[in-house]
Parts: sequence; structure tokens; C-alpha cells
Amino acid sequence: MKKRIILVAVLAIIALGLVITILSKNAGSKTISGAGATFPQPFYNAAFITYGHLAHVKVTYGGIGSGGGIRSLKDKVVDFGASDAFLSDKEMNEMPAPVVHIPTCCGAVVIAFNLPGIKQIKLTPDVLAAIFSGKIKNWNSTELKKINSGIHFPNKAIVVIHRSDGSGTTNMFTDYLSKVDAAWRAKIGSGKTVNWPVGIGAKGNPGVAGAIHQTVGSIGYVGSEYAFAQHQPSALVQNKSGNFIEASVASVSAAAQCAIPADTRVMLNNSSAKDAYPIAGFTWLLLYKNQAYNNRSFAQAQATLKLVDWMLDHDAQKIASKVNYAPLAPNVAAKAKAILRTITYNGKRVLK
Amino acid sequence: MSAYIYNMQINSDKVLKRVLFASSIVILLIGGGMLVSLIKGSMPSISEFGWKFLVSSKWDPTQGSESYGALAFIVGTLMTSVLALIIAIPLAFFTSLFIAEYFKGTKIAAVVGTLVDLLAGIPSIIYGLWGFYILCPLVVKLGLSPQGFGVFTSSLILAIMIVPYATSLSNTTIAMVPNELKEAAYSLGATRLEVIKTVVLPNARSGIAASYVLALGRALGETLAVTMLIGNANIIPTSIFGTGNTMASVIANQFGEASGLQLSALIEIGLLLFALTTIVNAIGKYIIKKIG
Repeated sequence: MKKRIILVAVLAIIALGLVITILSKNAGSKTISGAGATFPQPFYNAAFITYGHLAHVKVTYGGIGSGGGIRSLKDKVVDFGASDAFLSDKEMNEMPAPVVHIPTCCGAVVIAFNLPGIKQIKLTPDVLAAIFSGKIKNWNSTELKKINSGIHFPNKAIVVIHRSDGSGTTNMFTDYLSKVDAAWRAKIGSGKTVNWPVGIGAKGNPGVAGAIHQTVGSIGYVGSEYAFAQHQPSALVQNKSGNFIEASVASVSAAAQCAIPADTRVMLNNSSAKDAYPIAGFTWLLLYKNQAYNNRSFAQAQATLKLVDWMLDHDAQKIASKVNYAPLAPNVAAKAKAILRTITYNGKRVLK
Repeated sequence: MSAYIYNMQINSDKVLKRVLFASSIVILLIGGGMLVSLIKGSMPSISEFGWKFLVSSKWDPTQGSESYGALAFIVGTLMTSVLALIIAIPLAFFTSLFIAEYFKGTKIAAVVGTLVDLLAGIPSIIYGLWGFYILCPLVVKLGLSPQGFGVFTSSLILAIMIVPYATSLSNTTIAMVPNELKEAAYSLGATRLEVIKTVVLPNARSGIAASYVLALGRALGETLAVTMLIGNANIIPTSIFGTGNTMASVIANQFGEASGLQLSALIEIGLLLFALTTIVNAIGKYIIKKIG
């Protein structure tokens, strides 16, 4: 009995020692925290771990949704926020202090479908909008046959599948449809959730992909990061130059080869670039332009900005393409780096 | 010595009384706090839409043309729950009779009883998955609907989920019917069916009714499995095979990225769900009192 007590006591002391060493080690290194969009989370998680080893800082990221990320930044409880949609002028004004947008990578919306025996179909913007607004109801319609010569469509009702939860993917897709179809813009518009005229809602990319997989004759839209990883058959979509483009890391990156405004607040949808996949967009990190808030130290501001600066470097962008995101085109990365260097700490530049 | 024990008893009684009082007050405070925060959160939506919120089925979160109404979700919730109850009642009723009367005390009744109770412990995601991968394709195969998702599929799953709630209380009340009464009926030459009809059911009916109300309450609030199966179309279902959405499901789906008026409208739906379950419970209590 006595022996046992001594053994337990010794073990407890060893455990306590371990805990103390771990805690003191953590207390010594810096922690950078961010929160927001779930869409780029796999990229951020991978990149932040790599950076943590490189720079000996701990970066935590909460994938709580773009809306939540913006709220957290507004409450000044994080070092950076993350969002799939850029802040509108109105939202910018509602923030307590000026905010800058730093694009980190590109994503796209892939059109997935379930037609046994058919691997690939072509879609024009008009037909895509007509399907999702319920005007084209059957796969065997003349509009679909006209652009897909050689494919024998079944006489089957089209089941449209969309997201039921609020999502940046929906925002990107409906923004695209609003851009290419005046009727869509007038009747439905764009947003993280919209009033869908037809179809079934499913939760998250896995929900939509699962429902498509499950339902013969269905069509839906899935975030590229998920679709690329799952190798789902997808539709070629006609871009502004008239080419039918398959969604791929390269064709999504190509979407950014067009005029980008200085603050990068732009949707890349319907890009004029020749090889661009037309339904694509940036995802951004949001930072306060003056980093001196909520008693943050200059060192903390510097560590945050160094991290973001590294995210734009080749090494981090390579991680992005490894986890199925499209890396930033060099011109965009340069623009983002320039924006980073306008950030100050009470008037003092943080990054050289 | 005896005085000391006496004192201790008094003290422990006092302590117990205080503990009981405190814990019931805490429950009241939590319930009240929830109600207050729900009302506070839904104020923007209430002042914007007023009564129209209850009779409009338009749910349009697009900026510029924002307009919210809960009718589609109220109808969807009532349709799925009531349909689930209609499907569940015969199942639950005969199971209860089997366990608590006909095969009372036998091994098979114990096994069936345990299995039914086990159904209550299965997480709703499992029900959802099963419905998604097994039930939906089955509904399509039977030609009931082109996509499998919808009110009917959700109701089927809900029915299975609420059977244990409907049986547990029924079992107890049926088993509690005094043996003397049953024996008296048998001695008069009544068959088993006659005993059930004339002795067991009249004595147990309030408990049975109460268990169905409990089950309905569970069906009203079930979220995850329904979300996976109902199709999440924010419209009034056109038929029981059509798609729709429920109050709990639309909240779970949309609150994450909602802000402003949309968030307030979702909270108002939460408030309505709160009210709906309270009303259902009140009706249940009334029924029990009336027939008990």
C-alpha cells in the first residue's frame, strides 16, 4: 500500500513538472490568433503549422465563418479576420477603424452533376442561370443539346441542389449568375444565402456533394477546394472570351490575370482573361490599418504582419496549390505586399 | 445526545430546503433568461415585420430586397411532426401493449423493451445518415418523389426517433393498471382483448396520451436528422412528398453567416418554436386532465 502511494506521488510530480515546462515554453513564444472563413481553412491550417515551425510562433485560427471573423475583428479580439467576401463600403464604414484586405489565394465554384455514363458536359452562362432558376427543367432540353453535341441526355428531370447554410461559395456563385444574367440579378440577386426559386438545400460542401452523388439527374455547385480533392466530374463553363474551361488550379489562378483594383476588393467572376475559369474569387485576410489597438504591442503587430507577408511568398503559395487552392498570380501577390506595407503602428510603419 | 441529533435533523432539513429552493430558482432563471434574450434578439424583426412575419412565406435574405416570413417553416414543422406522430402512434401503441400487457414479464418483452429504449440513445446524426443513404434512395425507387428528400422522408425518420418517447411512459402506465381489476374482468369470462379494451386502456389512457404529447414535443424540436432529409427548400411544402424546411432546421442552417435583420428573424423563429412547444405541452396537459 505504502509503495503504491509513493509510486503515485512520484508519477504526479513528474507529470506536474512536464506540464510546467510545456506551459512556460508556450508562455515564452508569441501567439497570433485569427478567425473567419471556413473555405480557406485547410490552406490556413497547413500554412500556419509550417510557419509556426519556421518562425517559432503559435498561430491559432478559428474557422467560424466569414461573418464571425468580421465580428471578431470588429470586437478587436483577434489579430486578423478572414472573409470570402470583401467588405462593402457600408461594412467598411461600420468597422471601428479602417481595415485593409489582403488576398491569400483563389477559390472557385465547380458545377457538379450526376448523370450516369456522362463524364463531362458544357454549360454556357445563360443555360447555367436558366437551370438554377428553374427555366430548364429537363436534361433532354434543346438548350442543353445544342451546346453538347454528341451527348445523349436522358429524359430526366433536373434536380437542382444548392447550399442550405450561409456560405461564401453561394455568394461567389450567385454573384457570378447576377453578373451574367440580368433576370437573375433582378429577381434573385447575390448573397451568402439567397431565395432559391427551385431545388433542394444541403448543408456544407460535403452535404451538397453527397446529395449530388445520391441523386441521379442532379446538378449543384461545390467549392473548388472540396471538388478538386474529391475528383468529382464537373461541367466546363463558357467564359467571357467564349472558351469552355474546366475548373483547375491553373484556370482559377488565370482568372486573376485581369485589372485588379489597388485595394483588391473585387470578385474575379466572369474574368476577361482568355483561359480563366469564370466562377472564381479571392479569399482575404482582414487587418486593421493601424495595428495599435486593444493594448497590442509593436512586437505583436510585427509578428502578425510578418506572418501575413509570408503567406504571400512562394513557399506558402505552394502549400495552397498542394491543398487544392489556386495560388495568387504574381501581380496580385505584389499588390497585396504593397498594401501590407501601408499598415502602421501609431503612424510608424510596421514592415519595411 | 438526542437533542444533538434532533438539532442536526433540523439543520439538514433546512439545508435541503435551501438547496431545493436554489436549484428550482436557477432553472426558472435560466428559462426566463432564455425567453428574455430571445425576445430582445427578435425585436428588430418584430418591429420591421410585425404580424406579417407569421403569415408571410417569403424568405429572401438578398441585400436590398430583404424580407422574412416564418409561415413556410411553421407549416413544415407542423407537417413533419404531426405526420411523424401519426406514423409513430400505431407502432408505439402496439409495442407498449406487447411489452407491458400481453407479454409482460417475459424475456422477449424485456428484450424488445430494451431495444426500443436503445433507439432513444442513438444520436440523431446516425438517423440522418441512415435516412440519407437508405431511406432516400428507397423513396425514389418506390416512385414517391423524384429526389427522395422531403417531408415524407423526414417524417418517417422522425417517427422512428420518437417511438421510444411514446412507449416509455405508456409502458409504465399500462403496467400500473391494478391487477385486481384485470383479474375481476377475467373472472367474468372476458377475453384478453376485452380486458385490454375495457380495463387496461380506460385506466391508462391519460398516461398514453401524455407520452404521445411528449413524443410530439421531441419531433417539433428535432434538427439534425430533419435538416439532412427535408431538402431545405424555404417554401411551403406542396404535398407530403414535396420538399420544405422546419423552424429548427432553418436556424441551424443559417445562423452561422447571418447578421442584422436576418439574424433577428432567425431568433424570432426560435422564439416562435419556444412558444409552439409551450402550447403543445399545455394542450397535452389539458388532454391528460380532461381524460385522466
